[in-house]
Amino acid sequence: MAHLNETLTRIRYRIWPDHVVGEILSKPWMETAIPVLVLVATFAILSWLVPGFFTFAQLSIIAREGGELGFIVLGLSIVIMAGGVDLSVGSIFAVTNFIVLLLMHEYEWSAAPAVAVTILAGMALGAVNGILIGYLRLRAFLTTLITLIIFRAVYEIWTADHATAIAMSLPDSATWDFLGIGLIRGIPVNVWLFAAVALACHVLLTRLRPGWHLMAIGGSRRAAYNAGIAVRRTIALTYVASGGLTAIAAIFFGARLASVGGNIGVGMEVTALTAAVLGGITLGGGRGSVTKAIVGLAIVLIITNGMTAYSASGGAIRMTLAAILVAAAVIDIRWIKNRHRIISSVYVSPDYLYLPPPPSCEAKPGNAWAVNDTLRGVDVIGLGEVEGPEDVILDRNDNLYSGSRHGDIVRFLAPDYKRMEIFAHIGGQPLGLAFDREDNLNVCVGGMGLYQVSPAGEVRKLTDETNRSWTSVNDDSRLRLADDLDIADDGRIFFSEATRRYEMSEYAVDALESRPAGRIICHDPRTGSTRTVIDRLRFPNGISMCDDGQSFLFAQTSAASVSRYWFDGPKKGRIEVLIDNLPGYPDNINKASDGNYWVALVGMRGPALDLAMRMPGFRKRMTQRLPFDEWMFPNINNGCVFKINLEGKVLYSLWDPQGINHPMITSMREHKGWLYLGGLSNNRIGRYKLPESEADPAYVQYARRWGLPT
Amino acid sequence: MHRFQLSQQMIVSVIFVLLFAGLSLLLPGFANTENLLTLLQNVAILGILGLGMAVIVIGRGVDLSMIASLAIPVALTLQLADAGHSTALAIIAGLALSALFGAANGWLIAYAEVPPLFVTLASGLFLAGLGQAFLFSTEAVVWPEPLQFLSAIGRGRLAGIPNSIWIFALVAVAVHAFLSRLTAGVFTYSMGDNPMAARLAGIPVRIMVIVQYVSSALIATLAGFVMAASVGSMSTRIYNSTWIYDVILVVVLGGIGLSGGRGSVTNVLIGTLLIGTLLNGLTILDVSFPVQNLIKGFVLLAAIMADTVLNPRNEETAQQGDI
Repeated sequence: MAHLNETLTRIRYRIWPDHVVGEILSKPWMETAIPVLVLVATFAILSWLVPGFFTFAQLSIIAREGGELGFIVLGLSIVIMAGGVDLSVGSIFAVTNFIVLLLMHEYEWSAAPAVAVTILAGMALGAVNGILIGYLRLRAFLTTLITLIIFRAVYEIWTADHATAIAMSLPDSATWDFLGIGLIRGIPVNVWLFAAVALACHVLLTRLRPGWHLMAIGGSRRAAYNAGIAVRRTIALTYVASGGLTAIAAIFFGARLASVGGNIGVGMEVTALTAAVLGGITLGGGRGSVTKAIVGLAIVLIITNGMTAYSASGGAIRMTLAAILVAAAVIDIRWIKNRHRIISSVYVSPDYLYLPPPPSCEAKPGNAWAVNDTLRGVDVIGLGEVEGPEDVILDRNDNLYSGSRHGDIVRFLAPDYKRMEIFAHIGGQPLGLAFDREDNLNVCVGGMGLYQVSPAGEVRKLTDETNRSWTSVNDDSRLRLADDLDIADDGRIFFSEATRRYEMSEYAVDALESRPAGRIICHDPRTGSTRTVIDRLRFPNGISMCDDGQSFLFAQTSAASVSRYWFDGPKKGRIEVLIDNLPGYPDNINKASDGNYWVALVGMRGPALDLAMRMPGFRKRMTQRLPFDEWMFPNINNGCVFKINLEGKVLYSLWDPQGINHPMITSMREHKGWLYLGGLSNNRIGRYKLPESEADPAYVQYARRWGLPT
Repeated sequence: MHRFQLSQQMIVSVIFVLLFAGLSLLLPGFANTENLLTLLQNVAILGILGLGMAVIVIGRGVDLSMIASLAIPVALTLQLADAGHSTALAIIAGLALSALFGAANGWLIAYAEVPPLFVTLASGLFLAGLGQAFLFSTEAVVWPEPLQFLSAIGRGRLAGIPNSIWIFALVAVAVHAFLSRLTAGVFTYSMGDNPMAARLAGIPVRIMVIVQYVSSALIATLAGFVMAASVGSMSTRIYNSTWIYDVILVVVLGGIGLSGGRGSVTNVLIGTLLIGTLLNGLTILDVSFPVQNLIKGFVLLAAIMADTVLNPRNEETAQQGDI
């Protein structure tokens, strides 16, 4: 029964892609997806409640109204994205509506100059807000509330004198009538213009420098100022834009209705604000898009028109809008505050992994895994000077190189390794190291990609991306955790990327998932191309070329196995498991002087962890309910290096059982009879004198590899 | 800074005295007893609202929904009493609606963390819309017969002074006691000064926000009762007026900085007198309503500009999105 359950679990985790949920949720467009769903839902509910409401004629009326309100929402959204708010849009709408009607009806101007003057007037009114808020740094909310009153008072004073004259005359202008009722291909003319302006705004906000400045100011005003952005001018200009866009809306409104009634524009700021916030444009700035504004606009239009069709009173509509406004603001604010928490609780998705009981490490004669304390008393280099030497390597002059947590490659000078110097600064933490034929040091850098350091210490990027895999939800073309590498005879560099789902600092989370999210990638320096060669590996780690020049060995840490892959020759493309079910988790692989391979065990397996690996649901609950520090983890208080031949036979192993000197060994390198030991979280490099019988005292790994003199 | 505050108070006081003297000399109808009593009567309600707003502003908030909580709960009480329900039930229902409304405001601000300007703008619209759409069918609800015993709060005099002035004085004393004698008052000042520091110091900031908004809603409702009693009815459309800006004017002109943490009841008293005199003078001068609004708008703008200069926002404690 238990066996059947486990089979079902295995099948379920193989078929159902748990990790996709978290990856979809962390997509940027998810934020627009929620309002779109709301839009679809409102549409469905209303067409069910009000039969025959969404006919083409009705939609055309809504569209024309939307083509007016839309300009205001767009302007308000721009202001909000820059961190402000504009409540005076309703009054600016009323005033510019009055101006255009005054010019057309009473003064009998032709349409073009009247429209131009009206837009300029709208921009001037916006500039009043802009100067007060941008340059004098008043509070946006209160200031625009006050200009709302002032502009409204101006409107009332003016209309008192001119209302009759405007109502008495009719302009004789075909252009003007076209603006009011014209259709192009059956769609109102203002909708076409709105689409064009919205597209232009989208391009401005996402592709052009002023738009980026605007978003940066909304994101953090002070940081934008420190970055040299003209904060005050940009903010002032957003209000000018809002005023100008509002004037365009007023022109279409005036051409359609020719009215200067007392209620024009009253409460419009609330409708526009509701649309913007409902679409997901965050109050306070920095987040939002034109798409969001349009989605919010559509929802508000459908709701107000639907309620009108349902013959709801003005009070009820205002009440509904206010309630929606607050609800949307609350959801938006809570979402932004808790977004990362929600995503991180769904993102981690452990996989099913079965490992058989590991071989015994008991100290018995004939057991290659027999625990000893050989590595306990080894020499120590750079104690306290080096931090995190994941990999170590020696050059032809016996100098010792390693990476460091600070983003440097450090060099200990032969012969006594007492002096340390910084050989090169890269920025990310260097992991795997390999010398090529020209003495260049090729480096895998966590979070950055594949780099090369010349003998003079000059750093050059080789690649930081590979081809995107089409089945992945995340864009996985960027390298997140390049880990170890080796170089083929023709110069091709094969390197492993441990995972595409996590950053280097989160490698332990990926280890807990044990999901096949890693890959091995080939960079060809001759063409500059980078392609993934093996995909879906469980934390691929060490790589070491075989002598046949056609294959390499690679370790999968989470799968506790070492495999061999042929990239050339008759077996090209084949993968064979060399050894699996190791007692611990393998890390780097490097060549030994006798033609065999050294492999480091970064941590040891345990029965509880092995069992947990067969229970993905249990591990999921663990990640959700326990802090990171309390999660199950391999035993890393142990150091182990073993030697293996190409038949997959373990020859012997060297241990530091409690990890006194060298816990968590991630790499080892044989050089002239010594074995140098590195560890990802160690503050030292170890040096162990190999017995004469087992080591060639003249061995320099890469010199022999490339046939260089030592 | 304290000396500077004092000087702002002084300036406003001097302006008030000059304005009062000027109007007394130039306007024939201004200085007579009848007009001064009307002025005080109108000022009393504005002043009560200003006191409620002062508590909020000192705690670094703002309440734009005060006119809604002035109108709707009172109108509800009047309508219930008129419909024959017991007066106790009617009054309790009105006060409960008001308190609930204030608590909802406070919750949205403190727990949902929506900016107060935004919450109160929308919630005021909501309550006013609720009243218009579902509660009341008329533009104004009259003061009903069963509530006559209460009408003394808005009408009549005690010792020659209108009762509404007495109520204003009572509220002023109560708010003063709250701000200067109670721990909650000290908490309010420290929250306004630096909300993060107040929170770290262990002050129950969120609870305090709710307390403040409930108190401002109840004070507004009290003002509403006084107003309805003196006028004899409560308009349900009063929310659409620009009255709330007069309240902000009183607070800001009086010298209570919008960035919070500063000011006292004295500031409200001075601001109330100044605005009352100004509005009364404009009304007597027969200035049309839009022009009055225009003038108020410019005065408010000047006051807020002065406030920005005198009480600059603290960039360290101002939050992103503190619009």
